[in-house]
Amino acid sequence: MQSVVDLSRPGLPAGPKAGHGTRRRSLSWILLAATLVSLLALLPLAFIVWVAVQNGWETASALVFRPRVGELLVNTVLLVAVAVPISIVLSVTLAWLTERSDLPGARLWAWLSVAPLAIPAFVHSYAWISLVPGLHGLWAGVLVSVLAYFPFLYLPIAAALRRLDPALEDAAAALGLGPWRVFARVVLPQLRLAICGGSLLVGLHLLAEYGLYVFIRFDTFTTAIVDQFQSTFNGPAANMLAAVLVTCCFVLLALEVLVRGEERYARVGSGAARQQQRTRLGRAALACLALPAVTALLSLGVPFVTISRWLIAGGADVWRLDEIGLALGQTLFLAVGGALLATIAAMPMAWVSIRAPGPLQRLLEGCNYIVGSLPGVVIALALVTITVRIAMPLYQTLFTILFAYALMFLPRALISLRASIAQAPVELERAASSLGRPPLKALWATTIRLSAPGAAAGMALVALGITNELTATQMLAPNGTRTLAMAFWSYSGEIDYASAAPYAFIMVAMSLPLTWLLYVQSKRMAGR
Amino acid sequence: MRYALSALAGATALAVSLLAAPAMAEDAGIVVYNAQHESLAKEWAEGFTKETGIKVTLRNGGDSDFSNQIVAEGAASPADVFLTENSPAMALVEAAGLFAPVDADTLAQVPQEYQPTTGKWVGVAARSTVFAYDKTKLKEDQLPKSLLELADPSWKGRWAASPSGADFQAIVSALLQLKGEAATADWLKAMKTNFTAYKGNSTVMKAVNAGEIEGGVIYHYYYFGDQAKTGENSKNVAMHYFKNQDPGAFVSISGGGVLASSKHQKEAQAFLKWVTGKGGQEVLKDGTSFEYAVGKGADSNSKLTPLADLQAPKVDPATLNSKKVTDLMTAAGLL
Repeated sequence: MQSVVDLSRPGLPAGPKAGHGTRRRSLSWILLAATLVSLLALLPLAFIVWVAVQNGWETASALVFRPRVGELLVNTVLLVAVAVPISIVLSVTLAWLTERSDLPGARLWAWLSVAPLAIPAFVHSYAWISLVPGLHGLWAGVLVSVLAYFPFLYLPIAAALRRLDPALEDAAAALGLGPWRVFARVVLPQLRLAICGGSLLVGLHLLAEYGLYVFIRFDTFTTAIVDQFQSTFNGPAANMLAAVLVTCCFVLLALEVLVRGEERYARVGSGAARQQQRTRLGRAALACLALPAVTALLSLGVPFVTISRWLIAGGADVWRLDEIGLALGQTLFLAVGGALLATIAAMPMAWVSIRAPGPLQRLLEGCNYIVGSLPGVVIALALVTITVRIAMPLYQTLFTILFAYALMFLPRALISLRASIAQAPVELERAASSLGRPPLKALWATTIRLSAPGAAAGMALVALGITNELTATQMLAPNGTRTLAMAFWSYSGEIDYASAAPYAFIMVAMSLPLTWLLYVQSKRMAGR
Repeated sequence: MRYALSALAGATALAVSLLAAPAMAEDAGIVVYNAQHESLAKEWAEGFTKETGIKVTLRNGGDSDFSNQIVAEGAASPADVFLTENSPAMALVEAAGLFAPVDADTLAQVPQEYQPTTGKWVGVAARSTVFAYDKTKLKEDQLPKSLLELADPSWKGRWAASPSGADFQAIVSALLQLKGEAATADWLKAMKTNFTAYKGNSTVMKAVNAGEIEGGVIYHYYYFGDQAKTGENSKNVAMHYFKNQDPGAFVSISGGGVLASSKHQKEAQAFLKWVTGKGGQEVLKDGTSFEYAVGKGADSNSKLTPLADLQAPKVDPATLNSKKVTDLMTAAGLL
């Protein structure tokens, strides 16, 4: 990666004489923008610290060190500690079967292992509670969480498996290791990064999820914060619970860094890697088919059957088209607006991280990821209180909710943008400068245009997140807003499951193409 | 550079004007912070708009979050009218001095017992506490005689409630008013060991119906609402009214009030007048809400046990203390 300094090195066609200075200035503008975005992103965190300080140690500790918080902590820790390992085992097995074995219909199963992402987690829960009304507690939480979130692990693991160079495995086998030991000692270590990253993502989602656990009556910090919000609006108890939840997120982030370690694996040797050989399952194929089939049945079949059942039971009456159309329009509007804002906000950061990496950039980028890992309810609570206390003109405006979306989903936009900016050759920027374009215009004419596919993919991911967002939307939305998720939630809260079904159906139908995009993108990353 | 900057400025201006647009659109009518059931409030809003042409924008939420929200918003609150399911939320906003007095002719439409002595807000509907039980499991002589009995060890693991809801918190506020702080704290402590928490009263009734639990403390209308639909979630459920001025016989008054900060005082007062008047109260009688009508001479749905037969305890709605209740419930580990 080239740093910006050698861009304008004398001898390179670095444009007009003033090039050096303007270049610097444009860089500093972009850096300033990136810094500004990161600082804004830190607002909710700063707010939580401020509330804790303002409450004073005594009030804060009385609200934190009480039995209820202990209960919630046990619930939350158990949930993460049980659901994440199960998801890992399930995802690794599925990924190996679909990528490295001759399982019949491997491509179909691969897609079916990603498709559950198209179903919002609370719709998974709604489906299960309709099927098994008494479902509740930790094990119910684990079941539904694994089904709703395992694709976050499956995607990176499958992509990593696809990229592995079979030469390493062959060498290990030639040195006398049996197939199982080759898997354990050569393949698994190479999957570590994917497993760590995916587990972190799943863990953070478990901490942030609200709707899923309300249906099955399992209390976590997030549900308790919403309970407190509903009882006291922005009371100190809610904010202190949020502080504990943020601490949990940090613990997860730190754990991931620890487990991930410093080791990296790279292929050595010249030329392209050989095509991987798929393991023959032989007679075991039928037995192996059971796993993806059962997973698909539980994660896709159950929601499909329940939503269809409610749609049939509800008949034409539940399709209140004016109401649904309005909700659909508002959801699309928020999703597109939020995605645009997130992408624009991510642009300077993404550019800096590719073109001018350094300690400051790493710090700024770290801030964005940390804030992106905060649950929506925490960000919403902070923004509600900040706007109501100091920035009243922004209170309950479209701006605030879009801002919250941008904070929550910035990392999604950042990752996609960064990947495609990295592919845009810096020489084009220089050439545009040397042809006399001012720096920002040169940037616009080259790199920014070339990064459009990445920006589009990132926007799609952000839009997907916003479409299925519930807690922050409820707390921050302008008066009169009713998104698909809000309407679904309101009907299912009144046990009117039939009226909720069309909304669930539309959310799934909207999310499917975006999930498909995610699937295709992950394939492309692996070069296939 | 200059071009890029001016383009950026233009885009920002455009974005700001777009963002501000929906906020300005609201100026055409009144904003109602609605904690009542969405379907009921929608019927009220539509009926009122049809008669007066005044547009109503609903923001839906719960009693407690809205009352605290209005207090936090203070004079800058975007709300013109506040509608609740229970009285404590109204009392909270009243205590903060944020209500404008209700028009005298609106107050005159509602009997004294369904409005606070202060006249700062007015009852718009009422609901009664019940013990909804599984009639296949409990016989009538096995039912609790009083709400206080549910704290007995014999009731351990046998009853449910939705403690995070304002409905249940209103019942606790009546208990607090009638029996005092110490007794309430003890009762809540026993409740924590005895009861099973659900989210939402409908969910409690559904659980009772499904045989998950023997009974639950909820309000009366969930049963009638479900019976009027498919009856799927209430076919095994029967209702037990505590009566005898028991805390469990508490009748909660849903309130409506006009915010003093409202810039649409006339329209907001007109809305409240309509809701407590013939049009609004008939929605209660003929609609699917099954809440009690409180207007003078207004009949409730004929399927309901008449309000007068419920032997509710006397509680001045203006004295119900929601803050104290959430503190006590937080201390008992229920929140």
